[in-house]
Amino acid sequence: MIDRLSLWQKIGVYAATFVFLLFLLMPFIEMLRVSLRPMSHLMTADFTWWSEDFSLQAYRDMWVTVPLLGRYIFNSIFIALSVTVVTMVVVIPAAYAYARLEFPFKALSLGGFLAVNMFTGAVLLIPLYRVLRSLGMLNTYWAMIVPGVAFLIPTGIWLLRSYLEKIPRELEEAAFVDGASRLYTLRRVVIPLAVPGLIVVGTAVFIGAYAQQFLFAITFNNVREIQPLPAGLFEFIGYQDTTWNEMMAAALTGVLPVMLLFLFLQKYLVAGLTAGAVKE
Amino acid sequence: MTSQATAPERMARRQLSDRAFAWLLISPAILFIGLIVVWPLIETIRLSFTDATLGGESWVGLKNYADLFASSKFWATVGRTFYWMFLSVSLKLVMGLIGATLLNAAIPGKALFRVLVMPPWVIPVAIGVIGWKWMYNGYFGLISGLLQEFGLVEERVALLATKTSAFYSAIVTDVWVGTPMVTLFFLAAMQGVSKDLYEAAWVDGAGRWYRFRRITIPQIMPVIVSMALLSAIWTFNSFEIIWILTEGGPRGATTTLIIDTYKVAISSQRFGEGAARAVVIVVLLATFSLFYLWFLNRVNRHYGAK
Repeated sequence: MIDRLSLWQKIGVYAATFVFLLFLLMPFIEMLRVSLRPMSHLMTADFTWWSEDFSLQAYRDMWVTVPLLGRYIFNSIFIALSVTVVTMVVVIPAAYAYARLEFPFKALSLGGFLAVNMFTGAVLLIPLYRVLRSLGMLNTYWAMIVPGVAFLIPTGIWLLRSYLEKIPRELEEAAFVDGASRLYTLRRVVIPLAVPGLIVVGTAVFIGAYAQQFLFAITFNNVREIQPLPAGLFEFIGYQDTTWNEMMAAALTGVLPVMLLFLFLQKYLVAGLTAGAVKE
Repeated sequence: MTSQATAPERMARRQLSDRAFAWLLISPAILFIGLIVVWPLIETIRLSFTDATLGGESWVGLKNYADLFASSKFWATVGRTFYWMFLSVSLKLVMGLIGATLLNAAIPGKALFRVLVMPPWVIPVAIGVIGWKWMYNGYFGLISGLLQEFGLVEERVALLATKTSAFYSAIVTDVWVGTPMVTLFFLAAMQGVSKDLYEAAWVDGAGRWYRFRRITIPQIMPVIVSMALLSAIWTFNSFEIIWILTEGGPRGATTTLIIDTYKVAISSQRFGEGAARAVVIVVLLATFSLFYLWFLNRVNRHYGAK
């Protein structure tokens, strides 16, 4: 009863929600509209919402204009997945240490990790370039994976720590009493219990890695074959003869796999963010 | 390990190695951050005292900083960056609050609406920005077209071509990228507020607006404040959006510190001067964050949150 809205309030909420969502989805609607129209009509005719000339031609032509499109899509997902796996391998033990163990400089080192959030790759590009060069990683997938991991570790530790803190200590103590080693306990008791949290943190890391792969790619890699989607498409954009309809078609096709995945996962994701991040 | 040892003794022995074990567990993270963040940071500081270019480097002391601080263009960039940050973050917070309130309303279809908020967040930032770049173009862009249709402008307008419109266009895109995440975090926080509080207030006859102001806002204040800080740091350092839309132009109108740094250090390969700018960014952000955390602490105490 407390939540009941009058008819007018309901209409108001729907109208406001519509405007809000329109703002967030407008670029997608527009990208779709552009991708469905022939380039010549786009450039010459005045703006129209609807036209008779809708066709899927751009979705065929884009594979010719952007021959590596399939690779770009694969690279984007591959890089984001690799970043996620490496990040989780590093984050799980660290988050456990911060959640459970007492050690000198605990608060200080955690603060240090969080301070990393203040940097982005863009500030450190010059020396980072040299580090990656001396490691022989330039122009390889690693050039895009390794820096990505470093900047996601702090958030990962922070999010996962709050999950692990909620797992009852008694379970671990029981395992200790039975003579289990620390690593065994971590592997066989803590990690299985933390699976929901791991999925949420992993998803958050994946989103971060997937969203932010442009800068490292354009700076540390010039091999076309391993370029992720945004960097690959960027090469075709901004010139006089940019075929915008094909670029939009390629962009939409490129993000479709991950978008679908998230539409299915969103329920868990929102629930998970609630549990982890809100706890201050 | 003698098998005679009792369980508590065994645990005690483990307690002793707590420190070593903990450091073992966090060492991969420390190595990673050390190599990719700390070492480059130290290098950046060192480079900022040199005139490093591709050709080589020599020590120039504080020259890079002296040049920077003497340049009025640099101070204009600092001012613009803070203006960019405050405006964009405020808008993201307001949008996030409105969005979360709407998505939290008990109406049919809310599950679907929550899904529809996510797309800008789960695609590569650069892809969304490419879409905006198209919409802003003057010849056939959506926004120019709409403005003409409604008779707000006579001619087609190239939004990214003039200084003021380019800056605010970049702001709109930045807000667009940032809003979904803020919205979802606020929504999550709102759902965490105890129903009892609302019911008690409702029984006492408190209206919707009153409940929002006196219960929702104070209850989620810690989340708002920490989200604001994170968002501020990201917005301050936001690179891709401006770079793809305008590369800092026209005539510097959208050049924030991070864009300026990239241009000097990477585009013109004046590493020393670029490094000095990077150090300034770090110092400014660190100062801002410390001040903010102090403020956060006070807010948390004021609202009695943990």
